[in-house]
Amino acid sequence: METVTTITFAILMLALVITFIRLLIGPTLPDRVVALELIPSILVSIIGVYAIFHDSSSFIDVSIVVALVSFLAAIGFARFLERGGPRND
Amino acid sequence: MTDVIISIFMLSSALFVLLAAIGILRLPDLYTRMHASTKAGALGIMLMMVAVALHFLSLVVLAKALAIVLFIFMTAPVAAHAIGRAGYFVGVPVWAKTVKDELYDNYDPDTHRLRSGLETPEELEKMPIKAKPRIRLNTKK
Repeated sequence: METVTTITFAILMLALVITFIRLLIGPTLPDRVVALELIPSILVSIIGVYAIFHDSSSFIDVSIVVALVSFLAAIGFARFLERGGPRND
Repeated sequence: MTDVIISIFMLSSALFVLLAAIGILRLPDLYTRMHASTKAGALGIMLMMVAVALHFLSLVVLAKALAIVLFIFMTAPVAAHAIGRAGYFVGVPVWAKTVKDELYDNYDPDTHRLRSGLETPEELEKMPIKAKPRIRLNTKK
């Protein structure tokens, strides 16, 4: 079980790094927003692994909050783009 | 026995999330990237929550995991739709090998009007779409 959680952590960290590369190089602002939306999804998975790793179920509440905030951020960014954000960056 | 099942769920979840990340890095334009991140990411979260519910085996954790899965499944398509719509309006280029772009002929980004194809000739005279859409093809690659 210990090894499996470690491997899962490593794979999820790799996914986080790859997403961060897209966040840095993304040619337009919507590309960055898509990468920014995937990061909380990875974070929810990481929190799930961490809850299993530490055997304490309180961490599940945190992932609920992260999922909620990521949705609000995505909707906010979409509204900001549509209402006259930068047309090219 | 339960540990094996939990391990399988955790590893497959991590692999699906990694697939979403690779897709977001490697796919050619905004719309295909969005397609990768939304679907594979939501599936990864669902598998991880199944693993969490199996590990704790209590009703409270099961309810919380179910709430997260339902919430993600409801909000991920909505957020992706909103971002894709905003990106198209802002003028994010489409991949050069895109087969079908129905808005290209029918949408005028200057007036924000959309033509349905069912208008009478008088209505078409009233709202001519002369300006070519601002959406450019991504010709770099």
